[in-house]
Amino acid sequence: MTAAVTTRADAMPAPAPSLRSQVREYGQRLRGGDMGSLPAIAGLVVLCGVFSALDPAFATPRNFANLFGQGAQITVIAMGLVFVLLLGEIDLSAGYTSGVCAAVLAVLLTDKGWPWYLAVLAALVTGTAIGSVLGTLVAKVGIPSFVVTLAAFLAFQGVLLIMISGGKNISITDPTILALVNKNLPVWLGWTLYLVTVVGYAALQLYRARSRTRQGLVAQPMSVILAKIAGLAVLLGLATAALNQERSINTLITSLKGVPIVVPIIAVLLIFWTFVLGRTAFGRHLYAVGGNTEAARRAGIAVDRIKISAFMICSTMAAVGGILAASRANSVDPNTGGSNVLLYAVGAAVIGGTSLFGGKGRVIDAVLGGAVVAVIDNGMGLLGVTSGTKYVVTGGVLLLAAGVDALSRRRAAASGL
Amino acid sequence: MTAPLLEVRNLNKSFGPVQVLRAVDFAANAGEVTALVGDNGAGKSTLVKCIGGIYPIDSGEVFFEGRHVTVHGPRDAAALGIEIVYQDLALCDNLDIVQNMFLGRERKRGVLLDEGSMEQLAARTLAGLSVRTVKSVRQHVSSLSGGQRQTVAIAKAVLWNSKLVILDEPTAALGVAQTAQVLELVRRLADNGLAVVIISHNMNDVFAVADRIAAMYLGQVAALVPATEVTHQQVVELITAGRSGNLGIADSSLEMIEAEVVGDLALPDHSTDQSRVDIKKTGVDE
Repeated sequence: MTAAVTTRADAMPAPAPSLRSQVREYGQRLRGGDMGSLPAIAGLVVLCGVFSALDPAFATPRNFANLFGQGAQITVIAMGLVFVLLLGEIDLSAGYTSGVCAAVLAVLLTDKGWPWYLAVLAALVTGTAIGSVLGTLVAKVGIPSFVVTLAAFLAFQGVLLIMISGGKNISITDPTILALVNKNLPVWLGWTLYLVTVVGYAALQLYRARSRTRQGLVAQPMSVILAKIAGLAVLLGLATAALNQERSINTLITSLKGVPIVVPIIAVLLIFWTFVLGRTAFGRHLYAVGGNTEAARRAGIAVDRIKISAFMICSTMAAVGGILAASRANSVDPNTGGSNVLLYAVGAAVIGGTSLFGGKGRVIDAVLGGAVVAVIDNGMGLLGVTSGTKYVVTGGVLLLAAGVDALSRRRAAASGL
Repeated sequence: MTAPLLEVRNLNKSFGPVQVLRAVDFAANAGEVTALVGDNGAGKSTLVKCIGGIYPIDSGEVFFEGRHVTVHGPRDAAALGIEIVYQDLALCDNLDIVQNMFLGRERKRGVLLDEGSMEQLAARTLAGLSVRTVKSVRQHVSSLSGGQRQTVAIAKAVLWNSKLVILDEPTAALGVAQTAQVLELVRRLADNGLAVVIISHNMNDVFAVADRIAAMYLGQVAALVPATEVTHQQVVELITAGRSGNLGIADSSLEMIEAEVVGDLALPDHSTDQSRVDIKKTGVDE
């Protein structure tokens, strides 16, 4: 065999990327069907534009701050769902899991008088335990996740009713829990966190680029890195400035300004899970199992363990969502985590760009998708449309997102990307 | 000549009542490409999976580097330095080349993945195999052609200082140019001192790349001969009839063969004379 298969051109090292070549590559990826977060961001921009034009009350700091409280539960549950969706599985019970965990919190706080931190811990442990049972049934027994979690969806609805004895609602009075969604950070702390985030991001990006260059690997060009840092600094800066404005209707009665406490909570969860998915072997294995289970198995990855942990993460995040929902409503009732919460959460993950077919998705998808869902809900609420119209529109957006996912998949298969 | 890197003696394997491998003897030498040929159902893949620890063997012995070894699973095989590249490649489309090559064996610094050193090593391995057809090691596997995927799968196998690489029909789904490319890579592996076993249906590929040819017929190795000493025609006869001239499974009666089979394990490296090559004398009871 002496066939010469390589040509001179192939042997040349790849040229160092420039801003131009990076933009061109991004364009190629888009055309090839790898849309990433683009549809969600575009949707967000369009929706915000439309609602601001239709109702001046939409684009106010007050309403902007409200969005976080409204979207928090859905976004956090969606973050957990991303892990399960990455495997190509589904958790239909996440909504009621969050309800059950919120009920655990409420019962322990109000009826048993536990301190808030123990009650929160108990709620989180309940979530983890639920996830481990669901995951074991799916991975070890081999029941399809759709069926397991559908059964759990029905059962947890009942558990919730039993726990809060037939339909009363348990009010929550613990000031720490109530503060989670209803109170704001002091203005100075908001700006401090802003600085920490931007400086931390910049340091991380520059450090990574430098260490890659040192190892003789292709690093992102400095212009792209600086543009990313500047973009983040401007966007977060505008948001922080808006939230730090006075938004009380009557400043004589109360002053209302600062970043809602729920924002750093979501930010920390986002950073933590993004790190787990992107930088650890566990995250890598999760993608591998979602992409090609057989290949993962042959590579010696404990597929069952990965599946069970994904369900555990999902249910634990649902518990966090439940705690936030309880905080927002000041109470837990039989409908906490019920009605459209789960569907909105799945919708949020998919709208953000997580694939229902597994193997593709990021935690930021849940945040972007959650923002889209919250904006629709909020904007249409302001316009005074009926719930009926709201559901129809949200359903339409979800269908659109799933359609984009399916079409981009076909396109990707065709273009070999 | 030194002892073969891998030596299989008298290996038997049944799936329930069906005996798939009958007293198989097989060997692979370092620095050589051994082609494993045979018709569908002759037992090639089963033999490979027994060596790789996917299937437990019923009886028989496996020697690796002269030592008697028992392989209980793919992990054991990998620890010995045996890597198998399956027909269906076992790559994850949604991961890039580096991520695939290190899948399940990621390099870490603390809890963090050590992306830099993995990327360097992957690039060096591909360069060591003179692979220049992939643009970037950070390309997703879904964007690669069939030949490039095969290249990545092979590179993944040699990344681990493996000593024996087994390729299950690496050229089955490839075009002419890509086949040439992969065969050249296979040759280079052997030239780098590895023992390579290649399963193939394509006689042209076999004669292009193999040093030795092992022909399987109904669960037995009919012959294991140097590629230079057989013709195309003879190999085809061995595959289809288990016999070609004085090569292959003897026609003697069953009882006689049963009596003399135990311990009579002629191995290809003992001598080069034609009678020793006539290795299989096991029961022909079909």
